[in-house]
Amino acid sequence: MSRLPITKTPKVYVGGAFIRSESARVFPLADAAGRFFANIPQCTRKDLRNAVEAAAKAIPGWARRTPYNRGQILYRLGEMLEARAAEMADALLLGAASARARAAAQREVAATVDRLIYYAGWADKYEQVLGNVNPVAAPYFNFTVTEPMGVIGLLAPAQPALLGLVSLLAPAIVSGNTVVALASETAPYPAVLLGEMLATSDLPGGVVNLLTGFRKELVPTFATHTHLRAIGGVANADERKTLRLGAAASVKRTRLLKAEERIDWYGPHAASLEAIRETLEFKTTWHPIGA
Amino acid sequence: MIGGLSASWRRLVDEVGTVDTVGLEERVAKYTTRSIKKSAKVWGLRTAVTMVDLTTLEGKDTPGKVASLCQKAVAPSDDPTVPPVAAVCVYPAMVRHARQALGPNAKVRIASVATAFPSGQAPLRTRLAEVKAAVADGADEVDMVINRGAFLAGEYGRVQDEIAAVVAACGDATLKVILEVSELETYDKIRAASFLAMRVLRPGDFIKTSTGKTSLNATLGNNQVMLEAIRDFYLATGVPIAMKPAGGIRTAKQALQFLIAVKETLGDGWLNNRRYRFGASALLNDLLRQLEKERTGAYQAPYYFSEAAESY
Repeated sequence: MSRLPITKTPKVYVGGAFIRSESARVFPLADAAGRFFANIPQCTRKDLRNAVEAAAKAIPGWARRTPYNRGQILYRLGEMLEARAAEMADALLLGAASARARAAAQREVAATVDRLIYYAGWADKYEQVLGNVNPVAAPYFNFTVTEPMGVIGLLAPAQPALLGLVSLLAPAIVSGNTVVALASETAPYPAVLLGEMLATSDLPGGVVNLLTGFRKELVPTFATHTHLRAIGGVANADERKTLRLGAAASVKRTRLLKAEERIDWYGPHAASLEAIRETLEFKTTWHPIGA
Repeated sequence: MIGGLSASWRRLVDEVGTVDTVGLEERVAKYTTRSIKKSAKVWGLRTAVTMVDLTTLEGKDTPGKVASLCQKAVAPSDDPTVPPVAAVCVYPAMVRHARQALGPNAKVRIASVATAFPSGQAPLRTRLAEVKAAVADGADEVDMVINRGAFLAGEYGRVQDEIAAVVAACGDATLKVILEVSELETYDKIRAASFLAMRVLRPGDFIKTSTGKTSLNATLGNNQVMLEAIRDFYLATGVPIAMKPAGGIRTAKQALQFLIAVKETLGDGWLNNRRYRFGASALLNDLLRQLEKERTGAYQAPYYFSEAAESY
């Protein structure tokens, strides 16, 4: 007896749950051969608003975790991805059969796991490097510590769809921020699968929220939403202008890479302490020294 | 139910009728699907602001806290076009501080809970004395709780007589009768209690869902039961009774859904703050947040609107 095919409905991972767009809109995604693969949620600004609410709710719990625990959870996410590396490579390939394409996909998944492990390692160490005891000419103990900024908006590059996304979100969440990220518009499926792996990696719901959809519809809302404390990621010249104008009006930090330039996601500078620093606030305290 | 309780209950239900629970819940589920956008939404949000009874009912209330609550009630937003709220709602001991903060002829009214709020478990003369003291201190409105113990024991006459006694003690002050719906347990009992209260109330007095001190507060369901009781009572007697859901209404979206229920059940006559109120503390901030979103087009962070400290 023949069996009916069980096809998957891709959903986005928001607030620890898998949801469709509130608009119920989808857009078709084609596989490598140009055949229909799946309908991907076409998220709206309201989905973005809801994702920001979910991310904001997750902040206190996530930021209160010990750095050691956050490191463990990021490491576990690396473990989940490593164990399902073949499945993720298939999500990147979407049926592309050439040996060269497969090797590139495997390389991207391996680099993504390494990136997670890299930032997991920093979780309980960046504070020693970035925090400071400051010399002052008065009887005070003066020290600087870091704090997470809050909800961070991220715009993933079109390619590499997985490595680009994870390279942006891992340094943001390692310090206790929560993120709302817009996945690659042309290759959204790896982000859908990543959401399923995040859900099984002890990461509390709402810490990472992944949206799929059209940049044109969502970038203006990323720019103006006052609850997002910083915007990071890859954007073209028009988007950068929109984002910077909106960020100026709502007083948020921007760290935007240029989509029209080549970005080396694999090189020695692709992962750095600097990326963690980009989503931190520094707090300096003057504490009187008792006489 | 047993014995005499059953007989008195049956007599009351025969008079006021019962509630079709399934039909009612299906009806209120529809209210959440209405699409209210743009100018209608702004109108709804502004109207909701004028209906708020800005409430603080905590053991840690101080005169200073009440004074800042009053300031917020008079001018909720930096935007001067945002209207003041309907009233502040405080404990009786705080009424004179609220009166001092608002002045003698304030647009914002002062509501005081009374009658051993929230339990109502005090001797009647103590409860009446509390009402008189609150009115003497300058309360424009009194929020009383019904004697749920007597209601659940089947002493409906006593419940009604006590409400009538409080009406008399109020003088010119408007009365709001809190049914505490979560302790009445069924829609039938909520409807019956609504009628018990309405029969002794004056036109313009309120029935109110909850104290906000129990786990289950105002829902669209129990709001609808009470709105329909008000409608049926109005059609039978011509006496318009007002309504105040309280507790658990925290978002502008919920407030709009409650207004839809009012519009579709009672009509435009009840879409003003003489006939409908929201008892809430956090709601006002979300209403202001959504109004600012409509004004600027940008989604707003809650911490710009003095969000209650427990979140964010």
